[in-house]
Amino acid sequence: MANAEAAHLEAEATGHDYIAHDPDTPRGWRRWVYSTNHKDIGIMYLVFSIFAGVIGAILSGFMRMELQEPGIQIFHGLAAMAYGLDGDSAVDAGKHMFNVFTTAHALIMVFFAVMPATFGGFGNYFAPLQIGAPDTAFPRINNIAFWLLPPAFLLALMSMFFEGPAGMYGSGGGWTIYPPFNTSGQPGPAMDFVILSLHIAGASSILGAINLITTILNMRAPGMTLHKMPLFVWSVLVTAFLLLLALPVLAGGITMLLTDRNFGTTFFNPQGGGDPVLFQHLFWFFGHPEVYIMILPGFGIVSHIVSTFSRKPIFGYLAMVYAMVAIGFIGFVVWAHHMYTTGLSLDVQRYFVAATMVIAVPTGVKIFSWIATMWGGSITFRTPMLWAIGFIFLFTVGGVTGVVLANAGADRALHDTYYVVAHFHYVLSLGAVFTMFAGWYYWYPKMFGLLYNETLANVHFWVMFIGVNLIFFPQHFLGLAGMPRRYVDYPDAFSLWNRVSSIGYYVTFVSLLIFAWVMIEAVLKKRRAGDNPWGDGATTLEWTLSSPPPFHQFSTLPRITTDAH
Amino acid sequence: MTASNFRRMGAFLAAAVGLAPTMAAAQQSAPGHPQYGQIGLQPSVTPIMDSITVFHDGVLMWTISAIVLLVLALLVVVIVRFNARANPVPARFTHNTLIEVIWTVVPIVILVIIAIPSFGVLADQMTTPDGERRYLGANIFSFGDVEVPAPALTVKATGEQWFWNYEYVDQGLRFDQYILSDEDRQTQKPGQPRLLAVDNELVVPVNTTVRLLVTAAPTGVIHAFALPSFGIKVDAVPGRLNETWFNARETGIYYGQCSELCGKDHAFMPIAVRVVEQEEFDAWLTAFEGGDYTAANATLAAVE
Repeated sequence: MANAEAAHLEAEATGHDYIAHDPDTPRGWRRWVYSTNHKDIGIMYLVFSIFAGVIGAILSGFMRMELQEPGIQIFHGLAAMAYGLDGDSAVDAGKHMFNVFTTAHALIMVFFAVMPATFGGFGNYFAPLQIGAPDTAFPRINNIAFWLLPPAFLLALMSMFFEGPAGMYGSGGGWTIYPPFNTSGQPGPAMDFVILSLHIAGASSILGAINLITTILNMRAPGMTLHKMPLFVWSVLVTAFLLLLALPVLAGGITMLLTDRNFGTTFFNPQGGGDPVLFQHLFWFFGHPEVYIMILPGFGIVSHIVSTFSRKPIFGYLAMVYAMVAIGFIGFVVWAHHMYTTGLSLDVQRYFVAATMVIAVPTGVKIFSWIATMWGGSITFRTPMLWAIGFIFLFTVGGVTGVVLANAGADRALHDTYYVVAHFHYVLSLGAVFTMFAGWYYWYPKMFGLLYNETLANVHFWVMFIGVNLIFFPQHFLGLAGMPRRYVDYPDAFSLWNRVSSIGYYVTFVSLLIFAWVMIEAVLKKRRAGDNPWGDGATTLEWTLSSPPPFHQFSTLPRITTDAH
Repeated sequence: MTASNFRRMGAFLAAAVGLAPTMAAAQQSAPGHPQYGQIGLQPSVTPIMDSITVFHDGVLMWTISAIVLLVLALLVVVIVRFNARANPVPARFTHNTLIEVIWTVVPIVILVIIAIPSFGVLADQMTTPDGERRYLGANIFSFGDVEVPAPALTVKATGEQWFWNYEYVDQGLRFDQYILSDEDRQTQKPGQPRLLAVDNELVVPVNTTVRLLVTAAPTGVIHAFALPSFGIKVDAVPGRLNETWFNARETGIYYGQCSELCGKDHAFMPIAVRVVEQEEFDAWLTAFEGGDYTAANATLAAVE
């Protein structure tokens, strides 16, 4: 066995490996570009996500440097360098450039970092393994779903270099792309690039969702009923349905935006009988499920990690399953809580307050069930477990501020302030991203057959934990005191917590360097991982395979007799 | 439960959550703009912001802090008691119906308790006074005992790229409000905060209900009119006329900032409302009737 792994690792470097035995399997670059293998496609998604995530993180670094002090610090200089302007025109271009950076940061993180990692990457790699399937149902669809992403990403990046508002570059209308600012307010082609980028990224996600739904519903190993299916697979299934139902609405909305911009329609233009607020309804009908799309696979990952390292089965499996289903369903009927200040009537606001608060109940069930899974367990604090426990705590913090914001009465003071920024970064930057690192450290030995240095990885966790809290906790204070979001400059009273927040960014950046070192060290040292490095707590099917798994697994389907979860 | 009982319960709850200092503080002079290092809401000068403050500081903050501390405590217990050294043999249980019912029902009860004042606070914000309706003010667990007169003045605020235009609708008077550049601020209004100081404040009388209509230029983009110490935030949407109201109880200058992304100068179109005594307002309005805004402003006491 060890010999086979050694041969494989050697082969990895040269591009010839165990797949050499199969004459029909493409090798070299064709293995990746033509890939119909769910594991290779999963790896490509993960690599793509890391690449996009680094770019998104660098963009936010410029924003935090700008906001470190009151006044405009760096963006007029950046604009001067990028566009060759000086004086007041450089300052004006810099102000717009800041908005371009916030917009690009959000689009990149949402569509090209988080979604490709949790759903595309881990979903593709591990959902088929955990249900005992040889591959996904539509391997070629899987290939095109991935390969639509790089051009979409390229379009988003290119938008930053085309004209947006007259005389300025890039789309600075926020990831929410509200009209009329994103129609008549930015007439240049930059916004059209963003729209096309979203169209293509959306098509990619819809195809990926169709593939995984079909796989999960049709290709489970004999004996694996839906109620025996691992929670991660459940989370991917629910996420796929959210993608399938939410993204077409976004596609419709941005198509109307595109025709408003270019072909004289007036869907969102009051001068032609349209309504700007209609777009907000369409956007958030997609946008709210979208936030669950980003976090649900993480819920699944955390469930497995908590169970594995507590050496105890998941507590309340069925409640966990139906909590996710409930979150997915309710996630579709709460969208206008993003729009309390748009002039919704009192009754409409009342409904959205009530519906939104209901989500806290299944979310609470999940938090408490994770703790109950640990309760009575025999816990080892390996690296993935640190990330999972960190996630549970930080997601709770982000969740309760969500309850605050759900109340339209309180949201009146907090809407569009840094309180909202703090809230959604606690559930995404500290929630979804922590589950991504948790999943990465949990499955890294399985995916690459290598062990990483756990001490170093734990240092990565602690530095990042401190860093992100330093960034985002003080932003609650800024929001309560009234600092609006998407501001390039702020009244001097807000300077203290902005400075703390920027220091937090630098700490977080150091943690990313540590992460890079963990990965480099693991590849250089080549410590071989066994089939199951985590012991008897890891019960799902992927741990019955070699590390990394064979190119095609389960040519004889496993037969499920007991509860695998 | 009778209304008075309910009110007493509200007072008890308010006292129980330690609101007395908050409410006393609300009576003191509010600066009207954020303070260095501030970690909470800006002090209130309207019944609406009173209710938001008590709802947030008195109900929501305590609830969410308790939930976070509970989860943290449970995690600490789990880490201490059930680590591999302390508990080498894991239990195998996977169900406990009672505890699952508890952690489903208790959150529902907590949410219902939050919802009661929440709906009241919301209804107050969304209902323009008619002189009869009673408002909650700081006592959010009551049926409302704060009297608010019907609007005596209607102002229309229009968001433009990147300034505000105000119209005294019944008087047919309008003017623009621009940010003061830092040089102008230092010469004209050195005591006022950078990025908040404007050339012309919106002038309104104290203890008077003002109906505020908010919109944006028909060919423009969305802005949002926000004034933290009044508890107001309304989007200014082209083609729509949104309505809100305020009744400020203290004179002074209160600042807000545009709160919907509207382009490069989104951060540079502040809102400033100057609340003055009724006589001062009347004199100001008379001076403004000729249409000369500068002459009208000259009648106001100098701003430090």
